[in-house]
Amino acid sequence: MATGTAATISEPSFLEYKSGFRSWFYTTDHKRIGILYLVSISIFFIIAGSIAIVMRAELFTPESNIVSPHTYNVLFTLHGSLMVFFFIVPGISASLGNFLIPLMIGARDVAFPKLNLGSYWLYLIGAAILLFALLEPADTGWTFYTPYSAKTNTNVILLTLGIFVLGFSSILTGLNFIVTIHKMRAPGMTWHRLPLFIWALYSTAILQLLATPVVGITLLLLIAERTLGIGFFDPDKGGDPVLFQNFFWFYSHPAVYIMIIPAMGVISEILPVFSRKPIFGYKAIAYSSVAIAIISFFVWAHHLFVAGISETAAIIFSFLTFLVAVPTAIKVFNWLATLYKGSIQFHSAMLYALSFLFLFTVGGLTGLHVGALAADIHLHDTYFVVAHMHYVMIGGTVMGFFGALHFWYPKWFGKMLDDTLGKIAWFFVFIGFNVTFFPQFFLGVQGMPRRYATYLPEFESLMKLSTIGSWILAIGMIIMAYNLIKSLYSGEKAPDNPYNSLSLEWQTSSPPILENFKEIPVVTDWSYGYGKKG
Amino acid sequence: MEQLTADHVHVHHIDPVEEYEQSKFGMWLFLGTEILLFGGLFATYAIFRAKYPEMFHLDHLKLDWELGALNTIILIGSSMTMAIGVTASKKGNNKLLIIMLAITIICGLVFGFNKYLEYTAKFAHHIYPDTSIFFSLYFMMTGLHMLHVFIGLIVLLIIMILAIKGRYSASYNTHVEVGGLYWHLIDLIWIYLFPLLYLIG
Amino acid sequence: MSENHDEHITPYKTYIIIWLILMALTVITVYVAREIDLGSINLFVAMIIASIKATIVALFFMHLKYEDSITWVFALYPLFLLSLLIGLTSIDVFNRIVP
Repeated sequence: MATGTAATISEPSFLEYKSGFRSWFYTTDHKRIGILYLVSISIFFIIAGSIAIVMRAELFTPESNIVSPHTYNVLFTLHGSLMVFFFIVPGISASLGNFLIPLMIGARDVAFPKLNLGSYWLYLIGAAILLFALLEPADTGWTFYTPYSAKTNTNVILLTLGIFVLGFSSILTGLNFIVTIHKMRAPGMTWHRLPLFIWALYSTAILQLLATPVVGITLLLLIAERTLGIGFFDPDKGGDPVLFQNFFWFYSHPAVYIMIIPAMGVISEILPVFSRKPIFGYKAIAYSSVAIAIISFFVWAHHLFVAGISETAAIIFSFLTFLVAVPTAIKVFNWLATLYKGSIQFHSAMLYALSFLFLFTVGGLTGLHVGALAADIHLHDTYFVVAHMHYVMIGGTVMGFFGALHFWYPKWFGKMLDDTLGKIAWFFVFIGFNVTFFPQFFLGVQGMPRRYATYLPEFESLMKLSTIGSWILAIGMIIMAYNLIKSLYSGEKAPDNPYNSLSLEWQTSSPPILENFKEIPVVTDWSYGYGKKG
Repeated sequence: MEQLTADHVHVHHIDPVEEYEQSKFGMWLFLGTEILLFGGLFATYAIFRAKYPEMFHLDHLKLDWELGALNTIILIGSSMTMAIGVTASKKGNNKLLIIMLAITIICGLVFGFNKYLEYTAKFAHHIYPDTSIFFSLYFMMTGLHMLHVFIGLIVLLIIMILAIKGRYSASYNTHVEVGGLYWHLIDLIWIYLFPLLYLIG
Repeated sequence: MSENHDEHITPYKTYIIIWLILMALTVITVYVAREIDLGSINLFVAMIIASIKATIVALFFMHLKYEDSITWVFALYPLFLLSLLIGLTSIDVFNRIVP
């Protein structure tokens, strides 16, 4: 698809050209910053995942015997906050996005390399504040609902302050990406030749840029409520606690799409490569990303159906919620059509992509259940919601993230992954995930509420099954981590383009040289023309 | 920070015109973020004003509208001097740029001083952020705005130092334009805060 | 170092005129709110005047008038979102049936 890219380049790669602490923490190279993010989010993923294992262990029996109920409250608050704000939101976009955007559009770096480093430092500062918050951790849940969050004696201020700082990191990353994609595309890289991953990250960046400030001010108001005694959310002072929920979800529902759209972009890259077919409905997938970014701002109050919002609002929001399912369904349709009659290769990255299709569809369809006003009254705050949310977040985003790691690993680190081991890990992850969360749909429908350390004996068998599933899932992740780390040292050296992909990032060396390309490539075609050239 | 640039000598051969366009566009995006950051407060204002019209009416009478009007005039004036500074810098008139930046900064400082007088007067009358919803809004909105004025002043000060060092010319003035955009946003927000809080509360 | 050839440079005079208009509008808004007192449409009038002022500042001081369409999109879209935040939240807050 592109000319001007030399196949053999003798310059040192971005990993080798310089070493030492300073060369990493003061780097302005987008590829190294991507690795910094990758390591950081992985650490938080491991911490928050371990917390989840402890919570599931506590739920193995109906009584509270491993941790006290208060500790349990702290644990689910930390699990949620860490996973959402420190892992999934920055996840694909900050790590893989940083690494891939300039490579895929044919640029030397992002538009503001120093700002990019600044975003990472803000992320670290947010993480540091969080560590202090752990001294007396909050027990409010990751949503920090008032009035409880304004009254509890635990340390809500530090946790929300950490998230506030993190929000600015996210905003600046989004800003950087939008400018990069607008202004730095290689010659010939028109909007309709852009890889779909770029379209996805562009839509994500819009959400990061314009939704995050609202949660920023909301958390600031919560902090002011606790320190200055203002009363916007306090009914005693004439305030309105549900207002907090409105503002919070004005960000946090779009944030759900900040989490999922990048994964959708990943799937759009992996499927055509391993089906050896052009992507079906390129424009539909591209525009539906933008459509999701726009519509996702209209639906936030479906999280509030039982919070006492007005019926008028509930009906409007329920309707708007169904609207956002349309572009999502368009994407799934086009992905399936891409697979149709393709010559499918079951690479481990492809397995994750296919599990995304399956699990995300389950997650999306159960989303319609809870988006429907009548059903939500029954299902709200039960395990059904927990299961739905994890099917979207793990089944969707995390599967996409793992798929992306397996797919771009050779490009990033210059080593091939052990594909057999990758498939074994995938098997455990897939089975473990479903055993963990599928029973929770039944638990929810039967009325098991979320966020309790104890439960009635009749839920015991399903709860036990779910806990066993979490162990299988953990085994899968350990195998995968072993594979990822082992291959760094003993993996085969990766060729420049192991999958015969047409996309621009595969046309440079593996790992790429410091400036990505020897000469800026000239793009003459889109990157999905498989089948024509073989 | 010097090593930083040494590290990436080759990443730096960026065309100044491109850099100018990118920075300006980036700043516009950032202004969008800022609007929505204040947006949460504007929404809060809208909700509670509709809910408690009498409280807003009675409480806003306790604000010093003359001082508010004076600050409006000062801030709009500083916006104009900033804009003149940008044109001066584009025309290569570095001396006029420095003078204009100095006037802008002084205006910002006077604005801050007036705000200080206003706050102390409120505290003297035992009016605090938790006195009523209206005053919560008053302190949060003007406080957040004041924070932006401070940041803006620091930005302008840095630009002025660089201008004195002769870093800007008719062909390179990205900082001046971009810093100016930020300063105008501060003015823009105040244009709404002034009537909302002081005039029609 | 190439010059920004196609770029518009606003003459000083324009800024002075704009400033005078802004001053006049400030006087009007204060006068209307304090002396005439239109009662319930006070808010409306004040917001219209503020929006005129804001538009002028954006167009001339911030040179939005000379920017490309994508800058316009990203300058206006936040305003749309803000109206959405206010509008949809109001639909909730002011339609609740309080028992």
